[in-house]
Amino acid sequence: MLWDALPSALDLARFQFAFTVTFHFLFPAFTIGLASYLAVLEGLWLWTGREAYLDVFRYWLKVFAVAFAMGVVSGLVMSYQFGTNWSVFADRTGPVLGPVMAYEVLTAFFLEAGFLGIMLFGLGRVGKWPHFAATCLVAVGTLISGFWILSANSWMHTPAGYSIAPDGRFMPEDWWAIVFNPSFPFRYLHTITGAFLTTAMIVGAVGAWHILRERRDVLGRKNERARIMFSMAMWMAAAVAPAQAFFGDMQGLWALEHQPQKVAAMEGHWETQRGAPLILFGMPDMEREETKLALEIPYLGSMILRHDWNAEIKGLKDFPPDQRPTNVPLVFWSFRIMVGIGLLMIALGAVSLWLRWRRALYDTPWFLRWAVAMGPSGLFAVTFGWITTEAGRQPFTVYGLVRTADSVSPIAAPAVATSLAMFVVVYFVVFGAGTWYLFRLFGHPPEAHEEGPRGGEALRTAGITPAPAVAPDAMRDARPAE
Amino acid sequence: MDAETVATIWAFIIAAAVFLYVCMDGFDLGLGVLFPWISGKDERDTAVNTVAPVWDGNETWLVLGGAGLYGVFPLAYATILPALYMPLILMLLALIFRGVSFEMRFRSETPGQLLWWDRAFSLGSIVAAFFQGIALGALVQGIRVEDRAYAGGWWDWLSPFSLLTGVALLAGYGLLGACWLVWKTEGGLQEQARRLARVFALLTLGFIAVVSAIMPFLMPEFRARWFDFPAILAALPVPVLVVFLAWRLFRALDESGRVALARTEPTPVGQTAWADKLPFACALGLFFLSYTGLGISMWPLIVPPEITIWDAAAPRSSQMFVLVGAAVLIPTILAYTGYTYWLFRGKIQPGKGYH
Repeated sequence: MLWDALPSALDLARFQFAFTVTFHFLFPAFTIGLASYLAVLEGLWLWTGREAYLDVFRYWLKVFAVAFAMGVVSGLVMSYQFGTNWSVFADRTGPVLGPVMAYEVLTAFFLEAGFLGIMLFGLGRVGKWPHFAATCLVAVGTLISGFWILSANSWMHTPAGYSIAPDGRFMPEDWWAIVFNPSFPFRYLHTITGAFLTTAMIVGAVGAWHILRERRDVLGRKNERARIMFSMAMWMAAAVAPAQAFFGDMQGLWALEHQPQKVAAMEGHWETQRGAPLILFGMPDMEREETKLALEIPYLGSMILRHDWNAEIKGLKDFPPDQRPTNVPLVFWSFRIMVGIGLLMIALGAVSLWLRWRRALYDTPWFLRWAVAMGPSGLFAVTFGWITTEAGRQPFTVYGLVRTADSVSPIAAPAVATSLAMFVVVYFVVFGAGTWYLFRLFGHPPEAHEEGPRGGEALRTAGITPAPAVAPDAMRDARPAE
Repeated sequence: MDAETVATIWAFIIAAAVFLYVCMDGFDLGLGVLFPWISGKDERDTAVNTVAPVWDGNETWLVLGGAGLYGVFPLAYATILPALYMPLILMLLALIFRGVSFEMRFRSETPGQLLWWDRAFSLGSIVAAFFQGIALGALVQGIRVEDRAYAGGWWDWLSPFSLLTGVALLAGYGLLGACWLVWKTEGGLQEQARRLARVFALLTLGFIAVVSAIMPFLMPEFRARWFDFPAILAALPVPVLVVFLAWRLFRALDESGRVALARTEPTPVGQTAWADKLPFACALGLFFLSYTGLGISMWPLIVPPEITIWDAAAPRSSQMFVLVGAAVLIPTILAYTGYTYWLFRGKIQPGKGYH
């Protein structure tokens, strides 16, 4: 039978989860940062009264509407997939992880969804300040959502605050210890700053693109809106990219303590050694248990991981084969891609500071082109960062306690293969189309009197304006003319 | 509170969340079900605009259903979801089409693109509604569980009964959607909606009758609930009320039509005639009664035929941990959801400044 040629049901379920979660996280990685950026823009508009901030706000609000919708529907899939494909895991961890997820829905998803409508369509209805409050609540919702989901994810890496019942279920003993488990705080910071950088790279690229292509308007003015975007994005890169390196380092120290196998795979170390080198590049070979063609810097590995030139670093051979990450080259290379992109972001931020000081930030074509090229870099860095940490967690779902092979639902391979094929087709069609529309939006330069998500006031039912509300046109008139 | 009481409270909360989902996403999925019969681009734009600010919140109740089940009834989550693997995956995929087409149809640049996103919206809604109904039917007819795991095959969900409930839910959502449009629109679209509401009301009532007739024969427990004395005294008001509401619904639609005829100029903004709201209230009432009937049959089972809410419950400390938060958060959520609906109240005017 054709079915017999299929990979195992376990591998298919793993691949399906990896595919759907990777696709899903691209959208939150962008919208978490974008929601906060929108709140800042609207706040600046209210504070300074500058029309250009409202234009930039409206420009990115349209983008947000599309990206957020894609995040919502792909996220809905995730909330069901623990049960459909990982039911044994769900049954065993439900008492501990289920409540954490339930809190995510109650504190974050409803908040975002509830105020999104006002954020997108309500400016002409509720007035400026209540609208700003709605924007802030959506932004806060994205941060709270990240809080809970990363707490749950971190618990799978560093389980804490539980006992194990005779039937194998995890029982909660200490909720504080569960929610604030050891790997959570730095993972949260690392992920949120990653999302901010992802947004900054996209916003910066769009700003740079329109500065590069700009034609002055009839009055000979430059496009100040593109400059606002670009400048704010470069400030973000300059400030946050170095901080991100610090959080990443903290994350590494934590991992060395709790998941030394993962760190050994990231570093490509097979032998335990003192004064371990830092392997820049190489080919980890799982058959021969060595990293071939390694380009090394002596002692630097120990220095980075232990902050001591001569410290001992455990190698993969110190662990039984069934406790090692199942795909060492994937962990090794994903880690390098993430770090490489991070270093490029730090460089971009540093150069932006120098150009700013030279007053040439907007007039240096090679730098603007570099910023355009960096547009998708955050999405790649975030994706490969997650691959590093999740592939490095294998072969466990709950680290050291529940094996991935023992977590899977009793669903036959043909069923999983069918669903996987459908996910692949639908995701490429729908999210491909969505991304195409996003690029169309990016292609329009940010204009004066930028339209809202529905051509301004599509949803206004004529005339109803609760007391504090003013029509968008009236708001324009209230501010100083350009 | 002891563990049993907490589990019982949670059973009611989850049931309420699922019901809220069915009502709220029901009418916006219903719009998609009706889409093939709504003629005119302006009319379709207006129909979508009536739910654009709220659909995301509506769908979130489904996420709460999933995550809540995982948190407080993990055994139910871990057995129902694999058992309903295919219908649930198809529903999720359909909801993807439905959800993104809300945004995409407004970004469309040519009539051709708009047509495809309209089809995605409509077909996505229809498929999602159909498989939700199938999932419901498959759950009610029972799920084979051995040793805390689903023990059936991957086609168990497909049966004449589940197909019937699938079509029945389509009809029901269509009714909700049509009544919603009677409430939120006026003019030609409202006239179309009134016609559709009558057709879908007849279909819905027919399906309620057929499903109710079959239900007692699915399991002896169900039969005992409905026909044994004195249980029948508690159950009897349900069918009686269904008949009353059905009669009231048709009368309300007639009344709404008369009001529309008598109206010489557009409704003042933010106002809606009582007659235009009443059909929606009646349709919700029919859903509530059907849901109650289902509850009477199933209680206290959460995974028929064997697993009760107490078997499936997470330990008390898990349930309490979420309950404390839910006690504050769910009323808050209901408050701001209500505020959003209030904010976007009144009739949606067609053709106002869209793309």
